[in-house]
Amino acid sequence: MYTTDEIIIAGFGGQGVLSMGKILAYSAMIENKETSWMPSYGPEMRGGTANCITIISENKISSPIVSKFDSAIILNQPSMNKFEDHVKEHGFLFYEASTIINPPTREDIMVYKIAAIEEANKIGQKQISNMIMLGAFLEIKPLVKRETVLLALKKVLPERHHHLIAVNEQALLRGKELVEINYHVSV
Amino acid sequence: METNKSEIRLMKGNEALAEAAIRAGLDAYFGYPITPQSEVLEYLTLEIPKRRGIVLQAESEVASINMIYGAAGAGARVMTSSSSPGMSLMQEGISYIAAAELPCLLVNVVRGGPGLGTIQPSQGDYFQATKGGGHGDYRLIVLAPSSVQEMCDFVFDGFKLAEKYRNPTLILSDGALGQMMEKVEFPGDGSLPHQIPAWATTGKKGRERNFITSLHMEPERMEEINLHLQRKYKEIEENEVRYETFEIDDAEIVLVAFGLPARICQKTVELARAKGIKAGLVRPITLFPFPKKIISDLSKKIDRFLVVELNAGQMVEDVMLAANGNCPVHFKGRMGGMLIQPEEVLEEIEKIVEESLTLNAGQE
Amino acid sequence: MPEEMLIDEMQCVYQKPGTLTDEYMHYCPGCGHAVAHKILMEVVEEMGLQEDIIGVAPVGCSVFAYNYMNIDMQEAAHGRASAVATGIKRVRPDKFVFSYQGDGDLAAIGTAETIHTINRGENILIVFINNGIYGMTGGQMAPTSLFGQKTSTSPYGRDVAHNGYPLKITELIAHLPGAYYVTRQAVHTPNTVRKFKKALNNAFEYQKLNKGTCFIEVVSNCPSGWKMTPKETLTYIEEKMLPEYPLGDIKVPTQNKN
Repeated sequence: MYTTDEIIIAGFGGQGVLSMGKILAYSAMIENKETSWMPSYGPEMRGGTANCITIISENKISSPIVSKFDSAIILNQPSMNKFEDHVKEHGFLFYEASTIINPPTREDIMVYKIAAIEEANKIGQKQISNMIMLGAFLEIKPLVKRETVLLALKKVLPERHHHLIAVNEQALLRGKELVEINYHVSV
Repeated sequence: METNKSEIRLMKGNEALAEAAIRAGLDAYFGYPITPQSEVLEYLTLEIPKRRGIVLQAESEVASINMIYGAAGAGARVMTSSSSPGMSLMQEGISYIAAAELPCLLVNVVRGGPGLGTIQPSQGDYFQATKGGGHGDYRLIVLAPSSVQEMCDFVFDGFKLAEKYRNPTLILSDGALGQMMEKVEFPGDGSLPHQIPAWATTGKKGRERNFITSLHMEPERMEEINLHLQRKYKEIEENEVRYETFEIDDAEIVLVAFGLPARICQKTVELARAKGIKAGLVRPITLFPFPKKIISDLSKKIDRFLVVELNAGQMVEDVMLAANGNCPVHFKGRMGGMLIQPEEVLEEIEKIVEESLTLNAGQE
Repeated sequence: MPEEMLIDEMQCVYQKPGTLTDEYMHYCPGCGHAVAHKILMEVVEEMGLQEDIIGVAPVGCSVFAYNYMNIDMQEAAHGRASAVATGIKRVRPDKFVFSYQGDGDLAAIGTAETIHTINRGENILIVFINNGIYGMTGGQMAPTSLFGQKTSTSPYGRDVAHNGYPLKITELIAHLPGAYYVTRQAVHTPNTVRKFKKALNNAFEYQKLNKGTCFIEVVSNCPSGWKMTPKETLTYIEEKMLPEYPLGDIKVPTQNKN
């Protein structure tokens, strides 16, 4: 298993980049792991590209800022251009199928193409594409349990949005299935 | 909300600081919005009405700091926070507060400057924080947190120190620490009792009048006041120095960094050690009083220091003074809101080590 | 009450209020500050507020007000007295709080604080001494200096095209909903002194009821800065100052909605 996983999540503002990282961090906290969440902040928050670094570790985290990542979740082309080279050797890269025209070319990392937006549209909830992506990610990198993510959602979401937890669970499961179907992973 | 017991939460640095202030018995907060610390005011305006205390959005940082003066003078436990340009506006008031010896907690979530600069993290306000900042001979007690947990803990320490010495304490944070989230364990309410001090202006019921001023027209009197302040600062230097070390026992090159860069440098030390470079780290926690002795002691046994800051080289001057020529002091900095990466610091170490080897070979 | 009475108590017709200290005032002979201080402190004594009041002194001639007023006081930075008073009142809402400020302090460098303090309706009293000049620093032009007034920084007289107009800050702030009671008074004649005293009484009564900000302008003099004898300043007040700054209430509680 892992001791520390340094994750970059990057995309456009509004794709749920920051909240995906936050949910991971909350889940890690619930599981008594060490965690940090470092957002890019500023004008990016208001519509441009956004990214965050989430670190989950079994040990105390020294630097919450790193430039090489064990895992990358990339949701748009500019972020792919920026971060592909920052994935560690033998690291993992997940990317959104519909927004990325030039797929990653590296051969020393594991690459997963996930059609999260398309699947979200099928479910009829555009906003949950990030949770589909997260479901796929956790299927490959089970840093936290899916049940914990649902607990974390309860903590992060204001009570008036708690009715959305069911659809989020559906999204997590859909992400898991996409990986199973396309990458023949079975648990 | 029940907050009378300790609790672990995942929070942004700015929010953790605000929550800690309420739990530390904050009587009043006066502030003005500025990125990247507006969460402090936002959090307090949301929470304080449900709990206890006063929170007021002032018309400017100038007004905020003078409200702090008034409320601190009336014996309340008070705090304000801002970011670099706003702190510059407060400097006159801070000088008055230091001169009138009013305890209060100030927070600077530093952003890149000079001027309007950027909203990204920086440590460009080290000089302003540690050398006075405003006019006249005064010092703030300066605490530099490097984690969200310390954004909480130093609120408690900051109030304690401010009240012990009747001196403003400054938490020197930065934009990244303010915005990042980590686990933080809060103490319960009521762990830091507070009494209205005897010198406070609360109405002269049953005693002689109190007045608070920093004006003393006779230079002889003003010099006495200054001497008193200097004695106090000396006492603070003797009693309140705080720092942390990491892997310094056999270190040949010692990094010196405060705040978030200290954690980045800790990672660098790990990376360097993995490559067989004997690196270590000193992290000043109090920037005033500066941990001169550990720097001085190390300077006699190590090969060199590398000071890493998010500025053009400010604390490096204090390291040089403490090292007093005993060993070389190198500097690596980023400015304008740029963060530094552990690998970038490692490259600098390797460059310095290589240069010194070349130099030594040349001498042989 | 001093232990040794110089005259028989039965024959005493006047004595200094116990709310004033025994310090000699540094004010120039004939200066309105001394009268304003005394009247303010008389009201504090008569209303029994001495132990429950906190005053804020400004920067300017009255910077040493805390030496004379025998109450708890704070000395504020230039222009910031109303912000300091806000800080005090917010944490000690059960106490009476006032600021005492001059025209440079209140209407130039402190304009923002003045307007916002009143706009928040802070439950304080602001006493505004308007003598149209910077006395402490040696007679420079103030925001309230009159048209053509010669000062050390308007040696050819205040020129509107160059320096702008005398600032009628009292009329300005009267428009703010937070201002509960706004009045312009003076202290250069027995009659005006009596009216000023009444205004102070009103203001503290309103503060007791948490009504909002009370603002009393006092049109005053500056013999040294105006380069006149004290007696000449009285004529100048009547002939020059009062036409520009007419005395009387500007906003009274019946004009308030609350």
